[in-house]
Amino acid sequence: MILVYADHDRGVIEPLTFQALTFARDIDPDVHAVLIGGSSAGLNASTAAAELGEYGAQVVHIAGLSDYSDYAPLAAARALVTLLGSTGAQALIAASSPRGNEVLAHVAAITDRPFVADCYSIAIGAPHKIVRARWAGNLHEEVDVDAEAADVLIATVFPHITEATTAPAAGAITEFTAAVSQDDLAVQVINRVGASTGGVTLPEAKVIVSGGRGMGGPDGFGILESIAAALGGTVGCTRVVTSAGWRPHSEQVGQTGTKVAPDLYLACGISGATQHLAGCKNSKTLVAINTDPDATIMNHADYIIVGDVNQVLPMVLQEIQDAKS
Amino acid sequence: MEIAVCVKRVPLVGSTFMLTDDAMAIDTSRIGATLSPHEENAVEAAVRLIEVHGGSITLFSVGSAQAEEQLREQLAIGADRAVLIETEGTEIDSQATAAVLAQAIDQDATDFDLVLLGTESADSGGYQTGIRIAHALGRPVVTNVKGLDITDNKATCERAVGAIREVYEVQLPAVISVLDGLNIPRYPSVPGRIKARKKPVDRLSITIPEPTTIRTSLRVPQSADKGAINLGSGQQGAKALVEVFKQIGVM
Ligand SMILES: Cc1cc2nc3c(=O)[nH]c(=O)nc-3n(C[C@H](O)[C@H](O)[C@H](O)COP(=O)(O)OP(=O)(O)OC[C@H]3O[C@@H](n4cnc5c(N)ncnc54)[C@H](O)[C@@H]3O)c2cc1C
Ligand SMILES: Nc1ncnc2c1ncn2[C@@H]1O[C@H](COP(=O)(O)O)[C@@H](O)[C@H]1O
Repeated sequence: MILVYADHDRGVIEPLTFQALTFARDIDPDVHAVLIGGSSAGLNASTAAAELGEYGAQVVHIAGLSDYSDYAPLAAARALVTLLGSTGAQALIAASSPRGNEVLAHVAAITDRPFVADCYSIAIGAPHKIVRARWAGNLHEEVDVDAEAADVLIATVFPHITEATTAPAAGAITEFTAAVSQDDLAVQVINRVGASTGGVTLPEAKVIVSGGRGMGGPDGFGILESIAAALGGTVGCTRVVTSAGWRPHSEQVGQTGTKVAPDLYLACGISGATQHLAGCKNSKTLVAINTDPDATIMNHADYIIVGDVNQVLPMVLQEIQDAKS
Repeated sequence: MEIAVCVKRVPLVGSTFMLTDDAMAIDTSRIGATLSPHEENAVEAAVRLIEVHGGSITLFSVGSAQAEEQLREQLAIGADRAVLIETEGTEIDSQATAAVLAQAIDQDATDFDLVLLGTESADSGGYQTGIRIAHALGRPVVTNVKGLDITDNKATCERAVGAIREVYEVQLPAVISVLDGLNIPRYPSVPGRIKARKKPVDRLSITIPEPTTIRTSLRVPQSADKGAINLGSGQQGAKALVEVFKQIGVM
């Protein structure tokens, strides 16, 4: 049996969890899911269990911890450790989301087992044979994991390698109790700040107009904002741009920024470093505008314009406006 | 305030990854090295905290002798001393790395109020070293931190979730792992570099635990050279691009 930790935020299940369930089913069809937190954490047990059942969870274990009013990583991990002990699962899997990686790393630390993050494929055995991401997926690493040390394999699934598919199963709820101390709740979300500005955020944007060093400076981004606005999208940028303070880090795309997959990614004055591509290579259509025809980004683009952004972009904006009127 | 920062030397990879013939490592013969970006932010955060609260910064690194280069760079930015746990050159797995770092921090003469790390290393991306160190030292840990303020021995940490930020509070001593975007790291100044030459980089030898995760090979995934369509230049290119926008349904 494989346990899948279902990462949720006040009852909303992290969508990557459905990919993790699909991935886990391929290893062993006997998949159980785990939810931590009761109604005080915003969880509607029957709705959530039904959703997880849709994606193949035979059983949904729920730890309705009192005091778990919001996400508390160590408390969640403690509960998972209890469950591992009582269910005899051969693996504990989660999505490679910030919470998935965090909670599973805690479980691994508590139980002194290996933790393998960002897996592409897992073959349980002795040793376990795993392919995982390094450098945000720019390299694939094959590893052997000692089966004695990893008597329960603890691993997360690299995002978007498996498409979430439904496979309706019972999703039968069983509640369990776990000993969680006040110390385990010392680190817990106590507040949320900074209401959404109303604009389109990077992860949800259908169009991203992105600029790199080639935009020349903060003023260069004005035209990118205009084009983004005309297409109902938002602005992105490279790390060079955020490091120089031209744009806020929330707009950075890449390995250490946001990973995006919009319908259109318009890369302007961006060279296409592997760490930048790690964040945008899943875009449906990638267009690059660059003075250098040999820039790496040109090999990853669907369409290119070889030219100076200062000349090309105003023309593009004009053409959009003409086409609209 | 006494702060420990764990930093790792990684290859400075540009547009392509070149592997060694045995496909066990990145061929670093023609490229430089750097720190993982998140760790640059961790050092910057430490320097800012010391500016306000006083105290000192100790860097810890597990790696080859060459990691001294990255340690000197961060000493030039404002760290006071460094401890290098030298390995034979091959990278060791996350579990072993964390055990070695925890031991080095624990046995150090300084009692650290705060241990700072990156949330994930640039190369390995294990997402675990900070959490394991926290458990080994019996301290609370907050990860993915993009906003940090410390007053009265209490750290207020912010973590980005979509467009909003979650707030966590934790009493020191604690372990905090941070993300790029926490701050904009400064560059070393010339006087900083001169001072750094005299700062101590101590070598520490610690027995490395048996690995539980063993690399058997590395592979560069095939990147689809999409054979881009050149839309032309100038006005003609701009017109063609707008046609593409219509075709793919974004206009
Ligand atoms: C571990 C690690 C993680 C990283 N994470 C990220 C990340 O998350 N995101 C990220 O972006 N980077 C990241 N980086 C940095 C990355 O390696 C590159 O340094 C960065 O992406 C380059 O940004 P750039 O393309 O804007 O600049 P450059 O590489 O300098 O490229 C500028 C481009 O603009 C073109 N250009 C110049 N002038 C014009 C003009 N007038 N018109 C048109 N084109 C012009 C040039 O031909 C060139 O191709 C990371 C690095 C490391 C080591
Ligand atoms: N070899 C190392 N030496 C020093 N610090 C390290 C080392 N490996 C990892 N770390 C620290 O742990 C963080 C998380 O790494 P990881 O768990 O590998 O993703 C990094 O950002 C570093 O701060």
